[in-house]
Amino acid sequence: MVAEPLAAAPPAAPPATSPVLALDGLEVALGGRPILLGLSGSFSGRCIGLLGPNGAGKTTLLHTLLGFHKPSRGTARIFGRDIQTEGREIRRLIGYMPENDSFIAGLSGVRFVRLMAELSGLPPSQALERAHEALFYVGLGEARYRKTESYSQGMRQLAKLAQALVHGPRLLLLDEPTNALDPPARERMLKLVKEIRDQGKIQIVLSSHLLRDVEECCDEVLVLKAGRVAVSCDLEAERRANRRFLELELRGDDADFAAAASELGCEAAATGTLGRQRLKLVLPDGVEVADLYRLADARGVQIRRLSHRRDSLEDIFLKAMENGMEN
Amino acid sequence: MAVYERTYRPYAGGFTPERRRFLVLPRYAYGEVFRSKLFLIFFVLCFIPHLAGAVLIYLRHNASALKFLDLSAAQLLTIDGSFFFNLMGIEATMCFLLSLFVGPALVAPDLRNGALPLYLSRPFTRREYVLGKLSVLAILLSAITWVPLLLLFTLQASLEDGWLAANGRVGWAIFAGSWAWVLVLSLIALAVSAWVKWKPVARIVLLVVFFVLAGFGAAINEILDTTWGSLLNLGELIRAVWAGLFGIDVRVRLEPGPAWIALAAVCAVSLVLLARRIKAYEVVR
Repeated sequence: MVAEPLAAAPPAAPPATSPVLALDGLEVALGGRPILLGLSGSFSGRCIGLLGPNGAGKTTLLHTLLGFHKPSRGTARIFGRDIQTEGREIRRLIGYMPENDSFIAGLSGVRFVRLMAELSGLPPSQALERAHEALFYVGLGEARYRKTESYSQGMRQLAKLAQALVHGPRLLLLDEPTNALDPPARERMLKLVKEIRDQGKIQIVLSSHLLRDVEECCDEVLVLKAGRVAVSCDLEAERRANRRFLELELRGDDADFAAAASELGCEAAATGTLGRQRLKLVLPDGVEVADLYRLADARGVQIRRLSHRRDSLEDIFLKAMENGMEN
Repeated sequence: MAVYERTYRPYAGGFTPERRRFLVLPRYAYGEVFRSKLFLIFFVLCFIPHLAGAVLIYLRHNASALKFLDLSAAQLLTIDGSFFFNLMGIEATMCFLLSLFVGPALVAPDLRNGALPLYLSRPFTRREYVLGKLSVLAILLSAITWVPLLLLFTLQASLEDGWLAANGRVGWAIFAGSWAWVLVLSLIALAVSAWVKWKPVARIVLLVVFFVLAGFGAAINEILDTTWGSLLNLGELIRAVWAGLFGIDVRVRLEPGPAWIALAAVCAVSLVLLARRIKAYEVVR
């Protein structure tokens, strides 16, 4: 028998200018009930966090991107490809780690991951090689010949990650990757996600209801509430902005110091009480913390405490939950 | 990538053609199925009727062997449509037993272990999934039905001049008749496996579909003095279809036409049942 030739090349690389994920008025109804309501936005981060309380629509959004649910209105694009017309192409570029327990009974870890690679189109020998690699990469190398049903919960999560990585996807969809993991296993999983992110060869969409997971791993976040976008923000930009926002505790003539800081171009506002003067400052570009110390020295003012604002993801999330919707 | 490096490496190799990717499923399924010694022994036993048929054909055309056994050709079975019809009847039973063994383990474990999202999140469709699972049974059943029967047919045709001209339709009857039974069995087994998660219960359901419904049909025939009850008897349906294909006179209560329609309806119902069940996620209304 003459072997059929392999397809010439892996799927074409996504255009560099296309955002990882673009939502265009996406609406999804399941069983007649609207679940996602007009989601819009464009995301290009290395790791995009999908955040929201249970039932916000995070998993439904991932399933819609994978083509499991049909949008009732609007659409979404992954690397510029429409989910409604180019579903197969998109699934070629994606590795998906589902939220629930998912494995194939009766197969060892390596056979399970190899099967998944072959279904993605890898030839059997390549699939076997990459299955071994993927299992070693996630830390299941020693357990790769054990049946998947004998794995612990943590090992199953890692096996799911291995099958999502094995075919060399360009986008990894992780649905609650730290679900049901004990603290050490959770740390291991987050470390892996960050490692994958930092290598820069693959982009990640991480769905979680755990703020810390998203804060640790993601540089862009989309907060969903009741099927709508509550807020979307660039965490990296937020972190950079926070570094320019200072709170000072002063001893001495704070009004004089505030006026001098304003001359430097800082926005300043006094908030303290008599004897414990506090000043909030936003540093403009070109002004550094060292300039403030020099200014204080020149005015005979003591800076007793200086802290950067830490407006954490938790603050953003809580504000989003209180304030309602972005669109 | 060397194992010690443990870094992520994008894949830059070639891909297998999409149209034959469903065949990955039977390859993996056979790895599991043939691990059972019991199954392996049964599978080998399924070839005994063909072996007996081959011996018979050999004896009928070997005068020295007949003389050695002190037999005459007239004492042996005639090799004609009826011979192949009866051989197919024996294999049909073997097929049913084989489906009873393999069928319930095809889809149910994937549904029980939430594996469908793993399959369907790849460039692999629901249709390909069903086709792949269907091929597990279809290939196994083909291996014990039309493939060896057509080999026997070819052997007989090559040994006896003029036999092919007189029995030309037998080859087609073997092929089409076997495929009809293979498809019906595979689809029913797959549909049952998709709806019944527990293997022993799935086997009981298969027995009910094939035997209890047949009994019910016989009761309808007796009580209402009709033959339409036979439409519930899958064995009777396939015999009617085969009788029509082979062009032989056997005792069946149905005409081939209604039998074909009934079998097509059974296949359609099985496909509908599969379509309702083979989904990445169940939507709760």
